[in-house]
Amino acid sequence: MGLIEARGLSRTFTVYKRSGRLNRTRTEVRAVHDLDLAIEPGEMVGYIGPNGAGKSTTIKMLTGILVPTGGHLRVAGVDPSRKRRALAHRIGVVFGQRTTLWWDLPLRDSFELLQKIYRVPSDRFRTNLAEFVELLDLGDLLDTPVRQLSLGQRMRGDITAALLHDPEILYLDEPTIGLDVISKGRLREFLRTLNAERGVTLLLTTHDLQDIEALCRRVIVIDHGTKVFDGALTELHRQGGSTRTLVVDLVDEAPPISVEGATARRVEGPRQWLSFPADASAAPLVAAVAAAYDVADLSIQEPDIEDVIRELYSRS
Amino acid sequence: MAELLLTPLVRYCEIAALWVRASTTYRASFWMLTVGGFLITGVDFVGIWILFHTVHSLGGFSLREVAFLYGGTGLAIAIADLFVGRIERLGSMIRLGRLDTMMVRPVPLLIQVCADEFALRRIARVVQALVVFGWASAYVDWSPGRVAMAASMVVSGSVIFFALFIAFACLQFWTADSAEVANAFTYGGNTLTSYPLTVFPGEVVKALTFVLPLAFVNWYPSLYILGRPDPLGFPAWTQVLSPVVALAMAGIAALVWRTGVRHYRSTGS
Ligand SMILES: Nc1ncnc2c1ncn2[C@@H]1O[C@H](COP(=O)(O)OP(=O)(O)OP(=O)(O)O)[C@@H](O)[C@H]1O
Ligand SMILES: [Mg+2]
Repeated sequence: MGLIEARGLSRTFTVYKRSGRLNRTRTEVRAVHDLDLAIEPGEMVGYIGPNGAGKSTTIKMLTGILVPTGGHLRVAGVDPSRKRRALAHRIGVVFGQRTTLWWDLPLRDSFELLQKIYRVPSDRFRTNLAEFVELLDLGDLLDTPVRQLSLGQRMRGDITAALLHDPEILYLDEPTIGLDVISKGRLREFLRTLNAERGVTLLLTTHDLQDIEALCRRVIVIDHGTKVFDGALTELHRQGGSTRTLVVDLVDEAPPISVEGATARRVEGPRQWLSFPADASAAPLVAAVAAAYDVADLSIQEPDIEDVIRELYSRS
Repeated sequence: MAELLLTPLVRYCEIAALWVRASTTYRASFWMLTVGGFLITGVDFVGIWILFHTVHSLGGFSLREVAFLYGGTGLAIAIADLFVGRIERLGSMIRLGRLDTMMVRPVPLLIQVCADEFALRRIARVVQALVVFGWASAYVDWSPGRVAMAASMVVSGSVIFFALFIAFACLQFWTADSAEVANAFTYGGNTLTSYPLTVFPGEVVKALTFVLPLAFVNWYPSLYILGRPDPLGFPAWTQVLSPVVALAMAGIAALVWRTGVRHYRSTGS
């Protein structure tokens, strides 16, 4: 049985919009619609989708914060919203946008409070804390109140906080938001270690596809509340691999180039992007373009995961 | 059963204790706020005391009797405020996402909400009410039955206010800015019950008995302790009903809370 299992999982929000002075119109927002999920222990899954796609809503249902409005959901064998407290011992949650720590307490006090809350045995707590402080380089920050920490420092504190009780599953909702390149790299490294050495199952949402490429073998793409892709990252590459792009710099601006075997996808001033089948040779295409237009420069782009995703988003 | 009650209580105390320890870092400000709180609430009773310089009785009750009523309700609300007063901030906890965080932790949500940032300085109110209550008690003709009734009054009264604080705070699950509504009923109710109910029209007393049963916080049990027949003609057994009312209110509050949590919708970001 999977660690996380959802069938037809749905969540709608009823929202009232003002229309006119006294009237309010009632609309249903389908934040998550008919979602099927199956995640096995030890997986690292990237959960992506455009703004408002329903990622956070899904995580809130998986953690028991929100009660689903439809479908079947089991996490570690229990219904999260009904067994929230039992489940709490087995999961850790990091919300990148907001801290789960106490604003006015030094990190050390926050961690101690969590030890009490989760009833972590003190030797376990000490070893865990020592390990995370070491790996996340928190040593100098333990006595700093959370409100004085920078975003990146706070994030490391939050991640430690989510792990002190040895959860089996770690949900991360945009953990790399606002981090610089180096911090992102370190965080990814840490998460990889966590998964490899402790076998923690990770589900992370992000808008940075490099997170996914660096960490996740499996990707789930959601858009408008519906799953549009679920599979290996390589598969996603292959899907996108169906087209390559010829970037043409013309001498002068021109209407979209039309040549046999390629379509103009984008035009920006004298620069144009033509996509063509990946398995076709670029040579005849280059020749055809050069024959018909004044070309200043040419280059070929291999398929990019961003494009693949963009295409997935626009398709649904 | 004992475990069912005891475990959450222990969890509450553990969390509260850590907050107390954390806040004693600012020792000076702790004492300033506590003493300040004591003085502010103290002034409250001075008003009644001054009133008695011009009148000899209020609704047929002497200063000491009014002080007993005042202390009874004051103690109940102060204890409730000390332990569950934080729940007023439910709306802002929702907005800031703190409630989401608490929901993924293994301590009952209500315990976490109430123990969050537990502030011992709110004990000032308890002390002030205790002083007035203690002074008034010195003039009561005590008997074992009356002592038992006084104990039951304080416990039941606190539970009734617990329930009111919780039930009205739950409005914030649906509308974010209803904290003021809750205050009108809790602190407003406390102000009403600080006086002998005989000073109000009969409708008010009926409302405080059948609708928002705050009369059971201090009025009915005090009539028993002060050895007075009910001036409004309610039967004598209403005077021992406070624990029943308290239990019923607690049940209702628990139900409202559960409903609120199941309907909780978090925030969009
Ligand atoms: N509490 C709420 N009340 C009303 N609507 C909500 C609420 N929470 C989410 N929604 C709506 O549900 C949809 C999905 O929101 P969600 O926060 O899950 O998106 P997301 O994928 O996490 O987006 P982002 O990448 O911007 O964080 C949005 O249309 C949002 O407006
Ligand atoms: Mg989100």
